Amino acid sequence: MTDWTDPTQVTRASALEMADAMRAGTVTSVELVQAHLDRIAAVDGPVHAFLYVNAEEALATAAAVDADRATGAALPLLAGVPIAIKDVLVTKGMPTTAGSRILEGWLPPYDATVTAKVRAARMPILGKTNMDEFAMGSSTEHSGYGPTHNPWDLERIPGGSGGGSSASLAAWETPLAIGSDTGGSIRQPAAVTGTVGVKPTYGGVSRYGAIALASSLDQLGPCARTVADTAALHEVMGGHDVMDATSLDEPVPSCLEAARDGAANGLAGVRIGVVKELGGEGYQDGVKQRFEEGLDHLRALGAEIVEVSCPSFKYALAAYYLILPSEASSNLAKFDSVRFGLRVERDTIEKTMGATRAEGFGDEVKRRIILGTYALSAGYYDAYYGSAQKVRTLIQRDFAAAFEQADVLVSPTAPTTPFKIGERIDDPLAMYLNDVATIPANLAGIPGMSLPAGVAPEDGLPVGFQILAPAHEDARLYRIGAALEKALVAQWGGPLASLAPELEVAP
Amino acid sequence: MTAATHLVGYDDAMKAFDPVFGIEVHVELNTKTKMFCGCENTFGNEPNTQVCPVCLGLPGSMPVTNEKAVESAIRLGLALGCSIRESSRFARKNYFYPDLAKDYQISQYDEPTSYEGELEVVLDDGTVVMIGIERAHMEEDAGKNTHVGGTGGIQGASHSLVDYNRGGVPLVEIVTKPIEGMGERTAEVARAYVATIRDIVRALGISDGRMEQGRLRADVNLSLRPKAADGEDQSAVPFGKRSETKNINSLRAVERSIHYEAGRQAALLLAGQPVVQETRHWHEDTSSTTPGRSKEEAEEYRYFPEPDLLPVEPSREWIEELRATLPEHPAKMRARLREEWGFSDLEMRDAVAADALTLIADTVAAGAAPQAARKWWMGELARTANEQDVTLPELPVTPAHIAELQRLVDEGKINDKLARQALEGVLAGEGSPAEVVASRGLEVVSDDSALEAAVDDALASQPEVLDKIREGKVQAAGAIVGAVMKATRGQADAGRVREIILARAGVEG
Ligand SMILES: [Zn+2]
Repeated sequence: MTDWTDPTQVTRASALEMADAMRAGTVTSVELVQAHLDRIAAVDGPVHAFLYVNAEEALATAAAVDADRATGAALPLLAGVPIAIKDVLVTKGMPTTAGSRILEGWLPPYDATVTAKVRAARMPILGKTNMDEFAMGSSTEHSGYGPTHNPWDLERIPGGSGGGSSASLAAWETPLAIGSDTGGSIRQPAAVTGTVGVKPTYGGVSRYGAIALASSLDQLGPCARTVADTAALHEVMGGHDVMDATSLDEPVPSCLEAARDGAANGLAGVRIGVVKELGGEGYQDGVKQRFEEGLDHLRALGAEIVEVSCPSFKYALAAYYLILPSEASSNLAKFDSVRFGLRVERDTIEKTMGATRAEGFGDEVKRRIILGTYALSAGYYDAYYGSAQKVRTLIQRDFAAAFEQADVLVSPTAPTTPFKIGERIDDPLAMYLNDVATIPANLAGIPGMSLPAGVAPEDGLPVGFQILAPAHEDARLYRIGAALEKALVAQWGGPLASLAPELEVAP
Repeated sequence: MTAATHLVGYDDAMKAFDPVFGIEVHVELNTKTKMFCGCENTFGNEPNTQVCPVCLGLPGSMPVTNEKAVESAIRLGLALGCSIRESSRFARKNYFYPDLAKDYQISQYDEPTSYEGELEVVLDDGTVVMIGIERAHMEEDAGKNTHVGGTGGIQGASHSLVDYNRGGVPLVEIVTKPIEGMGERTAEVARAYVATIRDIVRALGISDGRMEQGRLRADVNLSLRPKAADGEDQSAVPFGKRSETKNINSLRAVERSIHYEAGRQAALLLAGQPVVQETRHWHEDTSSTTPGRSKEEAEEYRYFPEPDLLPVEPSREWIEELRATLPEHPAKMRARLREEWGFSDLEMRDAVAADALTLIADTVAAGAAPQAARKWWMGELARTANEQDVTLPELPVTPAHIAELQRLVDEGKINDKLARQALEGVLAGEGSPAEVVASRGLEVVSDDSALEAAVDDALASQPEVLDKIREGKVQAAGAIVGAVMKATRGQADAGRVREIILARAGVEG
């Protein structure tokens, strides 16, 4: 049991435990926020998960929650529980950069819908987390503000693009974080840091105020250290938004209830499909081993395991790297020096725009803008963007057929455990392969989760287990994820993150 | 300019070549809010006061389609005889320009909402021309650049200011098919076509169509091709290279720009020089065009479907509901009104040209006789508008006022002269005609005893008048009428005064 008077123990609790403790009066929100701010001060130098720490406002929010709680006022479930927000979401009063130098110092005049929901849920915002520039990357090495380091091994990448959010969770700097997932940017970082991350059904969470990478693929989602915590945060974030025309007009799924049901009642009668194409060659031995072990647990919980084939997945990466750069090249056009952000003054507006973008964007962003501009050009559109959209339809059909045979599909989240910082920076194709298992879900708009599967025996680093569900069936992820998590945690004797080596604490 | 510096006259150009033209008209819709955000869609405000994260293209913002704008666009499409697509998509048109907040414009590309229409255009002499409509699609307007320093153009300016108030205002762009075979009537047809579009958007109530304010703008494409040899099919001759004259903002300029461009192109062709495919700018002051972008540096817009918006999918039932609200075609309405009102062709044409048709119709609806309504609007009020350099609809007087004014005249309460004074009062904001008549004391003196007294006073100073009348010189009564009118400050009924004088002379009127 957590000793709530010990600040180092406080940060090891789950978000729901923190919420319970506040309700029981054993800890205050101010104490929780202060404990996390202290932890950030102690370890974030070497981890570099945060681009901005919002200490003053977080403490003020916490104090207001504590005061309201003292009056016996009804409060939302997660009121007073601190949270970190990926720097892709605009936050009024806090700098927002999306990891790019081109937005350095920009103070958004408005809140993203999800930011507003977090505020309405009375959750103190600890700060903004680091990311690959405009969410382009799988390692957070492409941040304009320097890489984030994996708390399991500071020489290794924390995944990307949401490496700041995943590292902050693994480093006990926050119990909850928000991420965005365009091709795996929530799930792959969760996998390589031993944390949990969920990409909801496309449209399940409003994108309004999330700085767009690829509009038809982007989706915001919850990140935490436990399945139940992600479920609770999912319910805070989700729901219809009139400001996002692509947001689904349907009730928020009952994620927390599904998680509790899965943990309590097992998985009898559940059919689980193993995707043949997402495994085997190219996957690290330890990754495969932990994945198989996960399957054994699922069988033991009563699930039936079947193999399914999705033959079009082999085109997914190629299609993704046409659609994403195409949409990104248009979405990033607005960074032109005229209304906000960096301006590198030259004698004409064309030259000023060019110089600003040359200086403000990093290499990976430029690479993808060039790719996308080319793919959308007259004469190439049909062959590139048009064909990629057709692949998207084929992948959706593969999923539809697979979900005829299984309630959910599973695979390793990423082919390998985290690699060393710098190892793949000059090899974009090797970098892109990281997302081979996560990309199909974005192309089809379906929900996916990554939860810890253990550590690979050969390097002692975390492995992720991915669960995919049909669109609108996000609750299935939580049911199955929570059941598997319970079995694994029992095997490990505690959450996987607690097995990570202790970080050195700054004096 | 190249070697062909002299122009060929329009008529000569049309004799030598066969013209083909096409017109793109942009209509700004008068919806309450902008196309993709909640900002007010009004004009003339302080720069950058009607903006929000969406129309400023701030990072993270997203568009949401204005349903009312979709409704206006569909009604316009139906009025143009177009088919309405069951599912149409918005697309991004990508290009960098400071007045384009997102550096892409949300427009429609391969799936416009309205397509394949046909519009009846009636020329001044009654000739009916059918104009094929290729498409009518929705898009958002850009902001406005102001270049400071230099000549006001971008060249030589010290810096430029951008106002995004207009950014995101809903537009419908109407594109014709190539229009062939109009010969020397090309300019006239072009003008009549744009005028018809203007009349239609006004009748639909979806835009005020004011070209001088830029609410309706035309781009005119024109090319010339050799005339087919005798017995040959003209349509078999390939089109010539075209120029596109941009942002023409008056009906007169539509006509004149075609005159200029036809002359310019003919001169080049006759001199054996090529016409360059390019956009050109119209200059009102010199009635000429100058080159803009050429085709070689033509933009590559990289259109692709707008991923932030869902397709527009109007139900069949809704489309039929909207079809039922369509107004009469303006030309047909004019023909019907001319018939009903008994106006001459000239009277009708003048009323149309003065933008007085609706005003007259509303005045008639309020109870005035058509000719009386016409006389007020095309006479006194047209003069006033002209003096004040405003349009008739802008005058602070309503059709109901004019109907009331005419009723006062018809009832004999005021005469024409007093009516003009009453109208003056109305225009000065003194109230309705009846109120002005009361407050200014304009009612005619119809009390016979007062008039008889005034006549007797006048006769006393000019007694010889009665004799002259009795001798048959009836016109001599005029002097007494004048004196009485003067004495009553114009408020006497001159006819009645005359009768009294004749009675005094013992002569029957
Ligand atoms: Zn706006």
